[in-house]
Amino acid sequence: MTPEDRLEKLEEALEEHLEDFADCRRERAPGELTLTVPREQLIPVMRVLRETRDLAFEQCIDVCGVDYAAYGDSEWVTTSAANAGFGRGAVRDTREADPQNRFAAVYHLLSMDNNVRLRVKTFLDADRPIVDSVVDIWASALWYEREAFDLFGIMFQGHPDLRRILTDYGFIGHPFRKDFPLIGHVEMRYDPEQQRVIYEPVSIEPRTLVPRVIREDSRYEEGWKPQASTEEAE
Amino acid sequence: MAEIRNYTLNFGPQHPAAHGVLRLVLEMDGEVIERADPHIGLLHRGTEKLAESKPYNQSIGYMDRLDYVSMMCNEHGYVRAIEKLLGIAAPPRAQYIRTMFDEITRILNHLMWLGTHALDVGAMTVFLYCFREREDLMDCYEAVSGTRMHATYYRPGGVYRDLPDQMPRYEQSQFGSAAEARRRNASREGSLLDFIEEFIDRFPGLVDEYETLLTDNRIWKQRTVGIGVVTPERARQLGFTGPMLRGSGVAWDLRKKQTYAAYDQVEFDIPIGTNGDCYDRYLVRVEEFRQSARIVKQCVQWLRENPGPVMIDDHKIAPPMRAAMKDDMEALIHHFKLFTEGYCPPPGEVYAAVEAPKGEFGCYIVSDGANKPYRLKVRAPGFPHMAAMDEMARGHMLADAVAIIGTMDIVFGEIDR
Repeated sequence: MTPEDRLEKLEEALEEHLEDFADCRRERAPGELTLTVPREQLIPVMRVLRETRDLAFEQCIDVCGVDYAAYGDSEWVTTSAANAGFGRGAVRDTREADPQNRFAAVYHLLSMDNNVRLRVKTFLDADRPIVDSVVDIWASALWYEREAFDLFGIMFQGHPDLRRILTDYGFIGHPFRKDFPLIGHVEMRYDPEQQRVIYEPVSIEPRTLVPRVIREDSRYEEGWKPQASTEEAE
Repeated sequence: MAEIRNYTLNFGPQHPAAHGVLRLVLEMDGEVIERADPHIGLLHRGTEKLAESKPYNQSIGYMDRLDYVSMMCNEHGYVRAIEKLLGIAAPPRAQYIRTMFDEITRILNHLMWLGTHALDVGAMTVFLYCFREREDLMDCYEAVSGTRMHATYYRPGGVYRDLPDQMPRYEQSQFGSAAEARRRNASREGSLLDFIEEFIDRFPGLVDEYETLLTDNRIWKQRTVGIGVVTPERARQLGFTGPMLRGSGVAWDLRKKQTYAAYDQVEFDIPIGTNGDCYDRYLVRVEEFRQSARIVKQCVQWLRENPGPVMIDDHKIAPPMRAAMKDDMEALIHHFKLFTEGYCPPPGEVYAAVEAPKGEFGCYIVSDGANKPYRLKVRAPGFPHMAAMDEMARGHMLADAVAIIGTMDIVFGEIDR
């Protein structure tokens, strides 16, 4: 059975077992299946995914956050750049794109029995990004959820130990959010007068080396097929 | 009766047995660990955030620096995710080269693991033996990419260049005599493939050497048998992958189950343990040495017989030849666009994983159609292993914590990212 056949079978099984959850959306891409779940239904859906024999997603491979605040933003606007040129100083005015769906918690599940992967996604709003914790279902989520909390500020309700994990002790802010600058807010140095390490506001300027460009590529339009590069190579 | 109080012990962040910068807060009842709380993140460099600000190809070098003892496997995971996003596949010769270097990397990683694990537990000699062999394998890295560790050799669509016909050689210097240089050059007379073959032929004998030192060693067994036992159910529940999972008796290996590169063309076996303790995980990894050698041998054979391109011919993704740029305008434009702007994959999201030496190394990329990833999440195999430290160490003695850290094959480059 090819991987695509297995995904096909998984889609059928999902259709059958998730009929109580009409709000779940499935999305297929080559080799990928994404299930978007409303946040209130996350825990019951996850339980079905783990405990149904046909699905048997025994392993939670990964949990991560995504911040969609700057999705689709381009730093290079070709029409106006033709007149004015492109400045390398970065302009960072993050627009509030759909505050209802700003964050997403993304779960990657693996079923060893069926040898398939499934991505479960739940969208969270910008003001109160709270979602129920899946620690009771998969123990591996314990640290992954701490990481998503640390980096994105997503709150996991029912998590037994929601502390920061990767950032420094006493860190302020959630560094992987799109409105957090790459250079950070503070820098650290040893101060010989006070004889201790001190934090100061950053002294460097943010800059863009390669502008972010979005190109309309005809090769990726509907109906375009990737060339079989292996044949071409021979 | 005297008041009995638990004792809190701070282990690390600078401790030789912590394998990097791990701070472990241990709650002790006498010499027994009641609770272990690992504090990680001391090596956090924000690789994923950095990758968001660079074109796709410029982040390949960062992948080497995640798990800095299994460099090319990390690159493979990242490059495979980009290839999946773009809908391209590398030519067969590149697939074989990747398979061969993945396995060389696995041997490199396991040698590092074996040496340091044994050193932590008290066996000095194994460490010296292992590093002797690592030297040869790093020479292979150097021959193919120009650097001994952080290779940046894999590229979307293939590998950077074909295998060299000549192995770099030693010269007489103030540090080594001409006789010494001759001795070291003996296996370097031919091509890289000759050198690898010579190494792989003698490597199983070297693994026997390590095994004589450890497998039936009474001290080694006392320190590892029955330590850090994980049942297959718990191993799945805790998100274990790789040798940690196979040591518990779960036959799961992405190279077989969700095959990639040329792994479906080569023959090898998947060793699994039975008890799920440190000793079984040791046996699994030692057997993986032999299986990796087997795979490399088959790849060498194939690569000798099948010349061909190692990069796809699409200059929107792969740079054109330097010679072509001299008199072909199109090639010059392609080169300029590729190195100033990069390529824009279609919008979408992908997850691609490889069986890295430590377990499943996966990359999740969200693309919005720009020349930089919108979000890159690296699924590092060591992260869930480290998270299980508390569960594995509970009820063991303090000295066993060192054996457990050793058996998990911890590298902080990938855990902290």
